[in-house]
Amino acid sequence: MKKIALLTLAAIATMFLSTAALAEVQSLRGDALDTMAKKPANMKIVNIKGGIARSFKLQPPMVPHEVDKYEINLKNNGCMKCHSDETYEKEKAPKVGDSHYTDRDGKVLKTISSRRYFCNQCHAPQVGADPLVQNNFQGAK
Amino acid sequence: MSDSKKRSGLTLILVGIVAGIVLWGGFNTAMEMTNTETFCISCHEMEQTVYQELQETIHFTNRTGVRATCPDCHVPKEWIHKFVRKIQATNELYHKVLGTIDTPEKYEAKRLELAQNVWRSMKKTDSRECRNCHKFPSMDLDRQAPRSSEQHDQHYWDAVDGNEPQKTCIDCHKGIAHSLPEGFDPNAEY
Repeated sequence: MKKIALLTLAAIATMFLSTAALAEVQSLRGDALDTMAKKPANMKIVNIKGGIARSFKLQPPMVPHEVDKYEINLKNNGCMKCHSDETYEKEKAPKVGDSHYTDRDGKVLKTISSRRYFCNQCHAPQVGADPLVQNNFQGAK
Repeated sequence: MSDSKKRSGLTLILVGIVAGIVLWGGFNTAMEMTNTETFCISCHEMEQTVYQELQETIHFTNRTGVRATCPDCHVPKEWIHKFVRKIQATNELYHKVLGTIDTPEKYEAKRLELAQNVWRSMKKTDSRECRNCHKFPSMDLDRQAPRSSEQHDQHYWDAVDGNEPQKTCIDCHKGIAHSLPEGFDPNAEY
Protein backbone atom coordinates (compact mmCIF):
# COMPACT_ATOMS: atom_id res chain seq x y z
CA MET A 1 0.00 0.00 0.00
CA LYS A 2 2.76 2.35 0.98
CA LYS A 3 4.61 1.47 -2.23
CA ILE A 4 1.62 2.33 -4.43
CA ALA A 5 1.16 5.65 -2.70
CA LEU A 6 4.84 6.48 -3.18
CA LEU A 7 4.73 5.56 -6.86
CA THR A 8 1.64 7.67 -7.44
CA LEU A 9 3.30 10.58 -5.73
CA ALA A 10 6.42 10.14 -7.84
CA ALA A 11 4.31 10.00 -11.02
CA ILE A 12 2.47 13.21 -10.13
CA ALA A 13 5.74 14.93 -9.31
CA THR A 14 7.24 13.89 -12.65
CA MET A 15 4.18 15.18 -14.51
CA PHE A 16 4.42 18.57 -12.83
CA LEU A 17 8.11 18.82 -13.42
CA SER A 18 7.88 17.90 -17.09
CA THR A 19 5.11 20.45 -17.72
CA ALA A 20 7.28 23.05 -16.06
CA ALA A 21 10.22 21.94 -18.18
CA LEU A 22 8.16 22.11 -21.37
CA ALA A 23 7.14 25.67 -20.61
CA GLU A 24 10.84 26.49 -20.43
CA VAL A 25 11.64 24.95 -23.82
CA GLN A 26 13.00 27.48 -26.28
CA SER A 27 13.90 26.86 -29.85
CA LEU A 28 17.49 27.49 -30.85
CA ARG A 29 16.35 30.20 -33.24
CA GLY A 30 14.67 32.06 -30.39
CA ASP A 31 11.10 31.66 -31.64
CA ALA A 32 8.24 30.57 -29.43
CA LEU A 33 7.15 27.03 -30.23
CA ASP A 34 3.59 27.96 -31.08
CA THR A 35 4.37 30.76 -33.54
CA MET A 36 5.73 30.81 -37.03
CA ALA A 37 9.49 30.87 -37.34
CA LYS A 38 11.11 34.12 -38.35
CA LYS A 39 12.19 34.42 -41.93
CA PRO A 40 15.80 33.31 -42.11
CA ALA A 41 18.28 36.06 -42.88
CA ASN A 42 19.51 36.21 -46.45
CA MET A 43 23.06 35.03 -45.96
CA LYS A 44 25.70 35.62 -48.57
CA ILE A 45 28.21 33.02 -49.66
CA VAL A 46 31.59 33.99 -48.26
CA ASN A 47 34.73 34.47 -50.32
CA ILE A 48 37.71 33.59 -48.17
CA LYS A 49 41.16 34.12 -49.58
CA GLY A 50 43.46 31.20 -48.95
CA GLY A 51 40.63 28.79 -48.29
CA ILE A 52 39.02 27.40 -45.17
CA ALA A 53 41.12 25.22 -42.86
CA ARG A 54 40.09 21.60 -42.45
CA SER A 55 38.39 20.67 -39.18
CA PHE A 56 39.52 17.09 -39.23
CA LYS A 57 41.91 14.94 -41.15
CA LEU A 58 40.62 13.82 -44.57
CA GLN A 59 37.78 16.32 -44.46
CA PRO A 60 36.74 17.33 -47.97
CA PRO A 61 37.84 20.98 -48.02
CA MET A 62 35.00 23.47 -48.01
CA VAL A 63 34.60 25.81 -50.97
CA PRO A 64 35.79 29.31 -50.05
CA HIS A 65 33.99 31.05 -52.93
CA GLU A 66 30.70 31.36 -54.75
CA VAL A 67 29.83 28.56 -57.12
CA ASP A 68 26.51 29.60 -58.61
CA LYS A 69 28.06 30.43 -61.96
CA TYR A 70 29.48 26.96 -62.49
CA GLU A 71 27.43 24.08 -63.70
CA ILE A 72 28.13 20.40 -63.34
CA ASN A 73 26.32 18.29 -65.86
CA LEU A 74 26.80 15.40 -68.21
CA LYS A 75 28.73 17.49 -70.69
CA ASN A 76 30.79 19.72 -68.47
CA ASN A 77 32.13 20.18 -65.00
CA GLY A 78 32.59 23.88 -64.27
CA CYS A 79 34.84 23.25 -61.25
CA MET A 80 37.36 21.51 -63.46
CA LYS A 81 37.86 24.70 -65.46
CA CYS A 82 40.25 25.71 -62.68
CA HIS A 83 40.84 22.76 -60.37
CA SER A 84 41.79 20.10 -62.91
CA ASP A 85 45.23 18.63 -63.34
CA GLU A 86 45.78 20.62 -66.54
CA THR A 87 44.54 24.01 -65.36
CA TYR A 88 45.28 24.41 -61.65
CA GLU A 89 48.71 25.95 -62.16
CA LYS A 90 47.55 28.58 -64.59
CA GLU A 91 44.52 29.44 -62.48
CA LYS A 92 46.42 29.26 -59.16
CA ALA A 93 43.72 26.98 -57.80
CA PRO A 94 44.13 23.98 -55.50
CA LYS A 95 44.38 20.80 -57.50
CA VAL A 96 41.80 18.07 -57.18
CA GLY A 97 43.26 15.27 -55.03
CA ASP A 98 44.97 12.39 -56.78
CA SER A 99 42.46 10.02 -55.20
CA HIS A 100 39.83 11.65 -57.42
CA TYR A 101 41.58 10.36 -60.52
CA THR A 102 41.44 6.71 -59.60
CA ASP A 103 38.52 4.42 -60.23
CA ARG A 104 37.29 1.83 -57.79
CA ASP A 105 39.81 -0.70 -59.02
CA GLY A 106 42.67 1.64 -58.27
CA LYS A 107 43.33 2.39 -61.92
CA VAL A 108 44.65 5.92 -62.51
CA LEU A 109 42.54 7.80 -65.02
CA LYS A 110 43.30 10.79 -67.27
CA THR A 111 40.14 12.64 -66.34
CA ILE A 112 38.34 12.87 -63.05
CA SER A 113 36.74 9.63 -61.94
CA SER A 114 33.00 9.41 -62.45
CA ARG A 115 32.51 8.51 -58.81
CA ARG A 116 34.06 11.86 -57.84
CA TYR A 117 32.41 13.85 -60.60
CA PHE A 118 29.81 15.74 -58.58
CA CYS A 119 32.09 18.01 -56.56
CA ASN A 120 29.33 19.59 -54.49
CA GLN A 121 28.32 16.26 -53.03
CA CYS A 122 31.22 16.68 -50.61
CA HIS A 123 32.56 20.21 -51.12
CA ALA A 124 30.13 22.89 -50.06
CA PRO A 125 30.36 26.67 -50.24
CA GLN A 126 29.78 28.42 -46.92
CA VAL A 127 27.60 31.34 -45.87
CA GLY A 128 28.68 33.93 -43.34
CA ALA A 129 26.35 32.62 -40.64
CA ASP A 130 27.31 32.18 -37.00
CA PRO A 131 26.55 28.79 -35.47
CA LEU A 132 23.18 28.70 -33.69
CA VAL A 133 24.81 27.22 -30.63
CA GLN A 134 28.24 28.45 -29.64
CA ASN A 135 30.81 25.81 -28.94
CA ASN A 136 34.53 25.61 -28.39
CA PHE A 137 35.34 22.90 -30.88
CA GLN A 138 38.91 23.03 -32.13
CA GLY A 139 39.65 21.55 -35.50
CA ALA A 140 42.60 19.31 -36.21
CA LYS A 141 45.69 21.37 -36.75
CA MET B 1 14.16 76.82 -117.48
CA SER B 2 10.40 77.16 -117.60
CA ASP B 3 8.24 77.42 -114.51
CA SER B 4 6.59 74.03 -115.02
CA LYS B 5 9.92 72.32 -115.42
CA LYS B 6 11.17 73.97 -112.26
CA ARG B 7 8.06 72.86 -110.43
CA SER B 8 8.31 69.26 -111.59
CA GLY B 9 11.95 69.21 -110.54
CA LEU B 10 10.98 70.46 -107.10
CA THR B 11 8.18 67.91 -106.85
CA LEU B 12 10.61 65.17 -107.76
CA ILE B 13 12.98 66.22 -105.01
CA LEU B 14 10.13 66.43 -102.49
CA VAL B 15 8.78 63.02 -103.47
CA GLY B 16 12.30 61.66 -103.27
CA ILE B 17 12.79 63.00 -99.75
CA VAL B 18 9.45 61.68 -98.52
CA ALA B 19 9.98 58.31 -100.16
CA GLY B 20 13.47 58.20 -98.72
CA ILE B 21 12.23 58.85 -95.21
CA VAL B 22 9.45 56.28 -95.51
CA LEU B 23 11.62 53.59 -97.09
CA TRP B 24 14.56 54.19 -94.79
CA GLY B 25 12.32 54.33 -91.73
CA GLY B 26 10.49 51.21 -92.84
CA PHE B 27 13.71 49.36 -93.44
CA ASN B 28 15.10 50.37 -90.07
CA THR B 29 11.87 49.44 -88.28
CA ALA B 30 11.87 46.05 -89.95
CA MET B 31 15.49 45.51 -89.01
CA GLU B 32 14.80 46.52 -85.42
CA MET B 33 11.93 44.06 -85.30
CA THR B 34 14.37 41.28 -86.04
CA ASN B 35 16.52 42.65 -83.25
CA THR B 36 14.29 41.62 -80.38
CA GLU B 37 14.41 38.60 -78.15
CA THR B 38 10.83 37.71 -79.05
CA PHE B 39 11.94 37.40 -82.63
CA CYS B 40 15.00 35.31 -81.75
CA ILE B 41 13.09 32.80 -79.65
CA SER B 42 10.24 32.54 -82.10
CA CYS B 43 12.35 29.70 -83.53
CA HIS B 44 12.33 26.60 -81.37
CA GLU B 45 16.01 26.09 -82.16
CA MET B 46 16.79 29.05 -79.95
CA GLU B 47 13.90 28.85 -77.51
CA GLN B 48 14.40 25.27 -76.39
CA THR B 49 18.16 25.34 -76.05
CA VAL B 50 20.19 28.48 -75.49
CA TYR B 51 17.30 30.57 -74.19
CA GLN B 52 16.55 28.02 -71.48
CA GLU B 53 20.20 28.01 -70.45
CA LEU B 54 20.40 31.79 -70.41
CA GLN B 55 17.64 31.97 -67.81
CA GLU B 56 19.83 30.19 -65.28
CA THR B 57 22.65 32.68 -65.59
CA ILE B 58 23.42 36.07 -64.09
CA HIS B 59 22.70 37.74 -67.43
CA PHE B 60 19.04 36.84 -66.94
CA THR B 61 18.44 36.68 -63.17
CA ASN B 62 20.41 38.77 -60.75
CA ARG B 63 20.03 41.07 -57.78
CA THR B 64 19.41 44.30 -59.71
CA GLY B 65 16.86 43.04 -62.21
CA VAL B 66 18.76 44.39 -65.19
CA ARG B 67 19.09 41.75 -67.86
CA ALA B 68 20.62 41.15 -71.23
CA THR B 69 18.52 40.00 -74.17
CA CYS B 70 19.87 37.96 -77.10
CA PRO B 71 20.70 40.93 -79.36
CA ASP B 72 22.49 42.78 -76.55
CA CYS B 73 25.32 40.27 -76.85
CA HIS B 74 24.88 38.87 -80.33
CA VAL B 75 24.10 41.92 -82.45
CA PRO B 76 26.41 44.94 -82.62
CA LYS B 77 24.93 48.27 -81.56
CA GLU B 78 26.65 50.43 -84.14
CA TRP B 79 24.66 50.69 -87.30
CA ILE B 80 27.21 49.55 -89.87
CA HIS B 81 28.30 46.51 -87.86
CA LYS B 82 24.70 45.67 -87.14
CA PHE B 83 23.92 45.80 -90.85
CA VAL B 84 26.81 43.47 -91.67
CA ARG B 85 25.67 41.06 -88.97
CA LYS B 86 22.14 41.10 -90.34
CA ILE B 87 23.42 40.20 -93.78
CA GLN B 88 25.37 37.31 -92.27
CA ALA B 89 22.15 36.23 -90.59
CA THR B 90 20.72 35.22 -93.94
CA ASN B 91 22.94 32.15 -93.59
CA GLU B 92 21.04 31.36 -90.40
CA LEU B 93 17.76 31.58 -92.32
CA TYR B 94 19.16 29.17 -94.90
CA HIS B 95 20.01 26.64 -92.21
CA LYS B 96 16.64 27.17 -90.58
CA VAL B 97 15.06 26.05 -93.85
CA LEU B 98 17.48 23.13 -94.13
CA GLY B 99 16.69 22.16 -90.52
CA THR B 100 20.37 21.87 -89.64
CA ILE B 101 19.77 22.15 -85.89
CA ASP B 102 16.05 21.51 -85.62
CA THR B 103 16.28 18.87 -82.89
CA PRO B 104 18.08 19.09 -79.53
CA GLU B 105 20.31 16.20 -80.63
CA LYS B 106 21.35 17.95 -83.83
CA TYR B 107 21.91 21.09 -81.82
CA GLU B 108 24.21 19.34 -79.36
CA ALA B 109 26.17 17.77 -82.17
CA LYS B 110 26.79 21.24 -83.63
CA ARG B 111 27.20 23.12 -80.37
CA LEU B 112 30.99 23.22 -80.26
CA GLU B 113 31.20 24.48 -83.83
CA LEU B 114 28.52 27.12 -83.26
CA ALA B 115 30.12 28.25 -80.02
CA GLN B 116 33.48 28.51 -81.70
CA ASN B 117 31.97 30.76 -84.36
CA VAL B 118 30.74 33.14 -81.68
CA TRP B 119 34.01 33.02 -79.73
CA ARG B 120 36.01 33.72 -82.86
CA SER B 121 33.97 36.74 -83.85
CA MET B 122 34.01 38.12 -80.31
CA LYS B 123 37.75 37.77 -80.16
CA LYS B 124 38.05 39.54 -83.49
CA THR B 125 36.05 42.53 -82.28
CA ASP B 126 37.78 42.66 -78.88
CA SER B 127 34.50 41.58 -77.24
CA ARG B 128 32.75 44.68 -78.53
CA GLU B 129 29.29 43.58 -77.45
CA CYS B 130 30.43 42.80 -73.90
CA ARG B 131 31.88 46.26 -73.64
CA ASN B 132 28.61 47.91 -74.59
CA CYS B 133 27.78 47.40 -70.91
CA HIS B 134 30.99 46.31 -69.16
CA LYS B 135 33.59 49.05 -69.28
CA PHE B 136 36.88 48.86 -67.44
CA PRO B 137 36.93 52.52 -66.33
CA SER B 138 33.60 51.93 -64.59
CA MET B 139 34.65 48.66 -63.05
CA ASP B 140 35.37 48.88 -59.32
CA LEU B 141 37.73 46.00 -58.64
CA ASP B 142 37.45 46.54 -54.89
CA ARG B 143 33.83 45.51 -55.07
CA GLN B 144 34.64 42.27 -56.82
CA ALA B 145 35.32 38.93 -55.21
CA PRO B 146 39.03 38.48 -54.52
CA ARG B 147 39.53 35.96 -57.32
CA SER B 148 37.83 38.23 -59.83
CA SER B 149 39.73 41.37 -58.89
CA GLU B 150 43.05 39.55 -59.00
CA GLN B 151 42.36 38.25 -62.48
CA HIS B 152 41.05 41.58 -63.75
CA ASP B 153 43.72 43.82 -62.25
CA GLN B 154 46.30 43.69 -65.01
CA HIS B 155 43.71 44.07 -67.79
CA TYR B 156 42.04 46.89 -65.93
CA TRP B 157 45.25 48.89 -65.85
CA ASP B 158 46.03 48.07 -69.47
CA ALA B 159 42.65 49.48 -70.43
CA VAL B 160 42.86 52.54 -68.19
CA ASP B 161 46.42 53.36 -69.25
CA GLY B 162 45.56 52.78 -72.90
CA ASN B 163 48.01 49.91 -73.40
CA GLU B 164 47.55 47.20 -75.95
CA PRO B 165 45.12 44.68 -74.38
CA GLN B 166 46.67 41.25 -73.81
CA LYS B 167 43.36 39.51 -73.50
CA THR B 168 39.77 40.15 -74.35
CA CYS B 169 36.65 39.29 -72.30
CA ILE B 170 35.76 36.14 -74.22
CA ASP B 171 39.24 34.66 -73.69
CA CYS B 172 38.21 33.77 -70.15
CA HIS B 173 34.46 34.28 -70.02
CA LYS B 174 33.29 31.42 -72.19
CA GLY B 175 30.06 29.61 -71.45
CA ILE B 176 28.82 32.28 -69.08
CA ALA B 177 25.40 32.73 -70.66
CA HIS B 178 24.92 29.29 -72.23
CA SER B 179 26.16 25.81 -71.42
CA LEU B 180 29.65 25.00 -72.59
CA PRO B 181 29.84 22.46 -75.42
CA GLU B 182 30.76 18.91 -74.66
CA GLY B 183 34.47 18.39 -75.07
CA PHE B 184 35.35 21.97 -74.20
CA ASP B 185 38.99 22.18 -73.19
CA PRO B 186 39.78 25.12 -70.88
CA ASN B 187 43.41 25.06 -71.98
CA ALA B 188 42.79 25.10 -75.71
CA GLU B 189 42.90 28.19 -77.90
CA TYR B 190 39.60 28.65 -79.65
